[in-house]
Amino acid sequence: MADTHRTAHPQVPHAAANGLLDRRALLGQGVVFAGAAAASVTGIASAAAEPLKVDPWSTTIGAPVTTYSLPSHFESKVIRTIGDNSRPGTQQARTPHQDLDGIITPAALHFVVARAGAPDIDPGKHRLLIHGMVKQPLIFSLNDLMRYPMESHIRFIECGGNSAPMWSKTPIQASVQALHGLLSCSEWTGIRLSTLLDEAGVDPKASWIIAEGADGVTMNRSIPVAKAMDDAMIVFYQNGERIHPWNGYPMRLLVPGYEGNMNVKWLRRLKLTGAPVMAINESRQYTLLLESGKAWRFYYPEEVKSFITRPSPTMTMPAPGYYEISGLAWSGHGRIEKVEVSADGGKSWALAALQAPVLPKALTRFRMPWNWSGQPVVLQSRATDEGGNVQPTRERLMAERGEPRNTPNVAAFPMNHVNCISSWGIDAKGAVSHVYV
Amino acid sequence: MSMFRTLAAACALALMSGAAWAADAPKFGQPITEQDAAAWDISIAPDGKGLPAGSGTPAQGAVIYAQKCAACHGEKGEGGTGPRLFGGIGTLKAPQQPVQTVGSYWPYATMVFDFVRRAMPWDRPKSLTNDEVYASVAYILSLNGLIKDGDVLDKDSIMKVQMPNRDGFIDLYPAKY
Repeated sequence: MADTHRTAHPQVPHAAANGLLDRRALLGQGVVFAGAAAASVTGIASAAAEPLKVDPWSTTIGAPVTTYSLPSHFESKVIRTIGDNSRPGTQQARTPHQDLDGIITPAALHFVVARAGAPDIDPGKHRLLIHGMVKQPLIFSLNDLMRYPMESHIRFIECGGNSAPMWSKTPIQASVQALHGLLSCSEWTGIRLSTLLDEAGVDPKASWIIAEGADGVTMNRSIPVAKAMDDAMIVFYQNGERIHPWNGYPMRLLVPGYEGNMNVKWLRRLKLTGAPVMAINESRQYTLLLESGKAWRFYYPEEVKSFITRPSPTMTMPAPGYYEISGLAWSGHGRIEKVEVSADGGKSWALAALQAPVLPKALTRFRMPWNWSGQPVVLQSRATDEGGNVQPTRERLMAERGEPRNTPNVAAFPMNHVNCISSWGIDAKGAVSHVYV
Repeated sequence: MSMFRTLAAACALALMSGAAWAADAPKFGQPITEQDAAAWDISIAPDGKGLPAGSGTPAQGAVIYAQKCAACHGEKGEGGTGPRLFGGIGTLKAPQQPVQTVGSYWPYATMVFDFVRRAMPWDRPKSLTNDEVYASVAYILSLNGLIKDGDVLDKDSIMKVQMPNRDGFIDLYPAKY
């Protein structure tokens, strides 16, 4: 799988400065690293120094099985970070990507942005209304909706404001959870929106759908009909179980690749119209104010992006030697084509291995073997999607949109759709920090 | 049976089962009239469609504001745990610090009515009558100098409010993708 890139990108080398190794080593092809050999010799020596004994958990009966399991208490720090819930208004929870691997986000760790809490919706009473510019307005019970043919797709959802801390004038020292945690990826199961729209009979002059939730603020967004008919879904299941309340129970809209806010949770109404409704979340929030004083509006796709999850800021490298650099890449336009990694702040790049499956509009895990000499380095990743879109540098993004005019804290949203390259500096002591290059 | 007839029979069977499938395709939507849907239809577009009857003045709105809004948005709309509601007109262009409020940034007065009616007050959304929503919106617009203290806001006069940032947006859809 990963090997397809060997011929696809002959111009990108297989190794680069500061110890980036050929990714084909990860495929068990017998590449030997001096650093790895040295590290394992040290490891063997220290393990042998301590005599083996039978641990207490091997001599007692373990905990009885529970009806719904939680991770080990040793993992109790792997949790979402949340904002100040005592204040009115928007609440957030961020995904701890620094502690996760693979591409699926556990439902309990999925990011959340919600304006009025999670409504306690009785599934027996929840209904969906389709009306406006249709031949026949229709109303559906949840039970009826769940009788339509279902399908499952692995898709990311990313808040339009994710990575906004990258817009700070000075690099904010925080984990990837704080910097990039408004991003998650799940297997979603549900029905195609086009099936229901065809049943209602969409007026050919209708070009927008106003999608609205049943929560307290009755959050609404205008979605282009073309997108709704293409790959939008109404989903009921998240990673095999019913969607958790914070993520939209009993059902939500899935608009693959488009900014998170358009994936309306607790969906209750779809109104076909000839123009966008200009909701607060499309004509105030989720707009991008430029230097000219004008603002971009209706910026829908989450652009190609990646970041390294391990090592990442707030971590410390224990010693020089062999490490696997691991990270996430994704694009709202389709599949990830390649990810390059640099250990010298972007001067030289090497191809990372992409772990299968590489799916459209889904997180893709990349890996890169690395022998750290112990010298200071700057790690970066740069993703390219199948449409040829390349993740930009921070400088390029600022040149396009104008210099930041304020220095936010990590919870602020001074800019949306920030998809620039992240840089992690590692000093001679192994401390990893967020740097601008 | 000749090969041809076998094939013809197979095709006929396929056609029949196709037709049967189409007839059996799930259609579970229950018809509803737009009249019956109206209780949920709270969308108000910039063209004013959906604006209800009712009216209110800034003075009436000030009373409601003090009771139901000031706790979050500040005594006079200056902001608190909730966002600031006025000012910032003319601050959007660099190098100024942008102050994005209802007055300086929101492009349509109808948006304010729609949002207050569906989502405010934060702890009791949809508890205001239409008159109370018109009055609250009138108060916020008057704080921004966009209507006069004596003006009455209703479904006709709200359409005449000139929002300063009406033309402040560049729509990337459908132009860019």
